[in-house]
Amino acid sequence: MAWQRSSRVAGYRRDDAEAHPPYLHPDYKGTRLRAPERPLTILPHTLSEITGPVYGPGQMGPLDHDLTRQHGGEPLGERIIVHGRVTDDDGRPVRNSLIEIWQANAAGRYVHQGDRHPAPLDPNFSGAGRCITDEEGHYRFVTVKPGAYPWGNHPNAWRPAHIHFSLFGPAFATRLVTQMYFPGDPLFGQDPIFQSVRDPQARERLISSFDLDATEPEWALAYRFDIVLRGREATPMKRTPK
Amino acid sequence: MTPDPGLGLTPSQTVGPFFHFALTKEDWSRLVPLDHPQAIWIEGTVRDGADDPVPDAMVEVWQANAAGRYAHPEDRREDLPLDKGFTGFGRCPTDAEGRYEFVTVKPGPVPDPNGEPQAPHIDVAVFARGLLRQLVTRIYFPDEEEANAADPILTSIGDRDLRRTLVARGSPEGHLHFDIKLQGENQTAFFEV
Repeated sequence: MAWQRSSRVAGYRRDDAEAHPPYLHPDYKGTRLRAPERPLTILPHTLSEITGPVYGPGQMGPLDHDLTRQHGGEPLGERIIVHGRVTDDDGRPVRNSLIEIWQANAAGRYVHQGDRHPAPLDPNFSGAGRCITDEEGHYRFVTVKPGAYPWGNHPNAWRPAHIHFSLFGPAFATRLVTQMYFPGDPLFGQDPIFQSVRDPQARERLISSFDLDATEPEWALAYRFDIVLRGREATPMKRTPK
Repeated sequence: MTPDPGLGLTPSQTVGPFFHFALTKEDWSRLVPLDHPQAIWIEGTVRDGADDPVPDAMVEVWQANAAGRYAHPEDRREDLPLDKGFTGFGRCPTDAEGRYEFVTVKPGPVPDPNGEPQAPHIDVAVFARGLLRQLVTRIYFPDEEEANAADPILTSIGDRDLRRTLVARGSPEGHLHFDIKLQGENQTAFFEV
């Protein structure tokens, strides 16, 4: 039958257990009632997991990547370029893949009705953008540097400045939602979301680097944030789940 | 020299509570128009370990079309039709009562890695404040008892009650009901992908 053909598939490599945070990280209060308690079942990668949503440049608006030009005027704050390359862990580019970002404005306030932080909204800044990686896996956004903001996790808790990233990669199995931080932030030590990544080297990979070469003189500073998604199993697999 | 360990993966972080203005600005919960002749409604509530609704979750679905074909270049079964406009992807934020809803079509069968058919299913990823990484599960269909009983993924879940959480229930209005319980009694079966 038709559905049987070409069914042998190469899956994606299983993640190193230390690369991602655990579901339960009690210092981050929100995990306490939301982390599953029962062990996860290993899902072999079938055609359902090695495929995933496909979005192309045709679906992007011309200014979707530029968060400073989505309104009548320019937003307040420090204008920055955020760019980098998306690859798999073998260094192969992740091409033509959707990246969505969102962030607080320069004062640390989100355009979200749930955000009650008494910092000003900026009529010229929404804080949402998206783009498609190019043939080499590169992406580039123009935005303003987000502010830190307080939250209710523990007394006097503040989130370090960050930009949220959502990536599809090539497959359902490569989907990643993460946050990009800025180098040298004094708030890292008390932030349980950043600290939920146990391996210090893995944690460092969430921090962008200041990129003088990518700055635009007399216009914008630049930060580089490279993103690594899981790579492909070398050989097509044939396995029966137990 | 030791072999190159490869590049380290970028760790996951929570989607947080403030994603709506970016991720769900467009309505991606209707995979087909409401008047599609084969439209099905899938709805449910996301609940936490205290049984309280989770009003700030985002549910994503990924599925094949009614013929069992994925709209993706790695599904090379070109004799199966693709449906214009059907991406197979959906995304819905939960509302104040923790509810989500998709309008879609029932996917056709797709092969497992051994070439055997899997029971029709929809892959699901759940994101929320408090989830440091997405939770992955699958929706199976209640009218597929025989296929479900033979499905290699479903039967790999040893605990019968846990396995049963993956089969949607029919509701009186003819909709399919699939609740997602993150923790505690009746927790949904989640997968490591």
